[in-house]
Amino acid sequence: MIVIYIIVGYLALLLFLGLFSSRLFRGTSQDYMLASHSIGPFMLLMSLFGTTMTAFALVGSTGEAFAEGAGVYGMLASSSGIIHSLCFFLLAIKLWTFGKKYGYTTQIQFFRDRLESDKIGLLLFPILVGMVIPYLLIGVMSSGSVINGITEGAFTEYFAEHDYGVPPWLGSLVVSVVVLIYVFFGGMRGTAWANTFQTCVFMILGVVTIYVIADRLGGAQAATDLVLKKNPSKMMRDIAPEDQQRYEDIYARWERLAEYNFATEWGKNEILSETQIAEAYAQFPARMPNWERLAKAAFSAKNRLIELTPAEKNSAHYQQDDRALPEPRPDWWDQRIATHHEMSESPRILGIETEKAFRIYAKNIGHPEELLNPEKPELGKKWTRKRAVGVYKATSWAPDIPHRTDPWLFATYLFIPFSVGMFPHLFQHWLTAKSANSFKLPVVAHPIFIAIVWTPCILIGIWATSAETATGANMFPPHFNPNAVLAVMVKTLTSPVLAGFLAAGVLAAIMSSLDSQFLCLGTMFTEDIAVHYGGKNRFSEKQVIFMARSFIVGIVILTYILSLFEPRRVFTLGVWTFSGFASLFPLIFAALYWKRLTKAGAYAGVLTCAATWFYLFRESNWGDNVKYSVILPIGEGIHTMPVLTIFLASTAAMILVSLITPAPSDATLRKFFPEKRSAG
Amino acid sequence: MASPTSPRTGRYIIAGLVLLLIVLHHDYWNWDNRNVVFGYIPVTLFYQVCISVGASATWWLATKIAWPAEIVEEAAHAKADEQGGRS
Repeated sequence: MIVIYIIVGYLALLLFLGLFSSRLFRGTSQDYMLASHSIGPFMLLMSLFGTTMTAFALVGSTGEAFAEGAGVYGMLASSSGIIHSLCFFLLAIKLWTFGKKYGYTTQIQFFRDRLESDKIGLLLFPILVGMVIPYLLIGVMSSGSVINGITEGAFTEYFAEHDYGVPPWLGSLVVSVVVLIYVFFGGMRGTAWANTFQTCVFMILGVVTIYVIADRLGGAQAATDLVLKKNPSKMMRDIAPEDQQRYEDIYARWERLAEYNFATEWGKNEILSETQIAEAYAQFPARMPNWERLAKAAFSAKNRLIELTPAEKNSAHYQQDDRALPEPRPDWWDQRIATHHEMSESPRILGIETEKAFRIYAKNIGHPEELLNPEKPELGKKWTRKRAVGVYKATSWAPDIPHRTDPWLFATYLFIPFSVGMFPHLFQHWLTAKSANSFKLPVVAHPIFIAIVWTPCILIGIWATSAETATGANMFPPHFNPNAVLAVMVKTLTSPVLAGFLAAGVLAAIMSSLDSQFLCLGTMFTEDIAVHYGGKNRFSEKQVIFMARSFIVGIVILTYILSLFEPRRVFTLGVWTFSGFASLFPLIFAALYWKRLTKAGAYAGVLTCAATWFYLFRESNWGDNVKYSVILPIGEGIHTMPVLTIFLASTAAMILVSLITPAPSDATLRKFFPEKRSAG
Repeated sequence: MASPTSPRTGRYIIAGLVLLLIVLHHDYWNWDNRNVVFGYIPVTLFYQVCISVGASATWWLATKIAWPAEIVEEAAHAKADEQGGRS
């Protein structure tokens, strides 16, 4: 329960901060949406950093390092350090000047003026809102999952179906309400204050967490030595030969298990005699879950007791790995055994692991503080539902195929951080700056801040791959959910108090993005639709603020309701929405630096971006194929991130159409490309 | 303190440094390097953290030699005009 008290205390503190900041509210819509351009360098740095870093910065980075190794920092973080600051330097300062000069609050207001087109707003509005909503949903759903994961076992009688922790729907509701309250009352000032506070919280906790975890693992050096010994591939971006060999051995053992299970119809028709079973058990020393069946499978294979045709072996492998059998069967199905790569192309049957785990391990599932068998305490405590699914996957599914980081994917991932240039919520934060010089600190400190947050998380992630329990077993079994690694490390290796604070830190990272996004969407609905089409002089300041607040309430309610349907597919949208925003970067860059950009060119760029994005998204099976890449026909084929194709197509269309259409009017050019004032 | 380089030269220097950082970011020579630094940080991680530090240093230099002073000045004038208009 300590964890719950800490989370509640943290949320209460945040509410207090938001409500306190509202006392400084000046009563104007500019103050509500832009804090009257009053945010100084430090708060600008913290709010920009807090907004760009989501839960992914803590939970996702640890999980990615656990799954992919130390190279993750180069792919996801150091590129952001370069590109984010580049966007602040090239775009933010200029946009802030125009915002200040011409009274802009949203991106669409700027584009309408710069492109001399009212209707560009109608094209951009649904695209920008449509891409922010999945981002919001990920935040709301993640907050519920984090609270549930960290509070497992906190209740003794309630919420058994949620492992006796706070149900995700309740966690998401509480977080949404807290964010709503401080955004509703505090507006942009409340958001900036809360972001500053929350960014401090998650940065400090990141450093404290690694210190404590390293200590519990016997020191940083010992933890790294274990990785070098057990999973050297996690230290680099290539496959270590010993890891490849280990995988091949485990895969061969897994094939034998699959074939034994198939031959015995999953244990219903035992093919071994009592004597043979006893002999199999005696020869098989390991005592992990499901070891009995592994022993019998090994014995059967060794003594050639199972004879299966290639087609039967293929069926055995696909079924053991819970994959759909290919329809129609490929030509080779009856002739040879599918390679692991071929099998992996067939999707796993959705949700089957949960159904099977609950059925197989029904007796083991219960409150995580109760003993499995009070008469045999050595058997340990009951399993949570998540653990049952984990054990099922670890003992049933084929091992993961080792893979290296593709250098071309690594190179083309560099385009993703350009998304920062077109995030509407960051645009709004840029406009809050007190002066152009306020951007100096964020531009300089952002890459270092990324290093401060990401480095500990990456180290924890790679240490987790090889961390051991007191009995010497692996702390994390195969197929462990990477996003749960950080929480489990903290829960297992530290105190409940630190676990509570870490949960608060993760929530801080989530909420510091959610608040800006809620406020931004409310602002866009108010300014770009209601005020724009209703008439600027028709509404009083009070009415505009009322509208913005009403839209924010509506968006929070809508997002929360959508999150209740648990659209898990929304998580696969993450990199796709970033790709979409990144591919609109050329538009904002050209609008600021290229006089020849025309209205028609902008339409061509945006429409090409949307069409290419849609085409590739469909090709990726609507995001289901998480490893989807665009293969360029060069040499043996170069794998690239889809963002490269969308980015280039959108840029080419924008430039070509701009060049063949009439240039913008002189008045517009004078407005956005003013002559330099002469000295004196 | 005035910068010893002109803003135009400063911007070329910063553009060059950013390009250099992007090139150095692609450390293919470290792909199969499993060595550690300070006894516990993988080389591949340490190298990329150095890129982040290098990025910060580059952007610090940008604030010294390539800061868009004319934009800052323009904003200051706009502010003065705005205040003059109000009075």
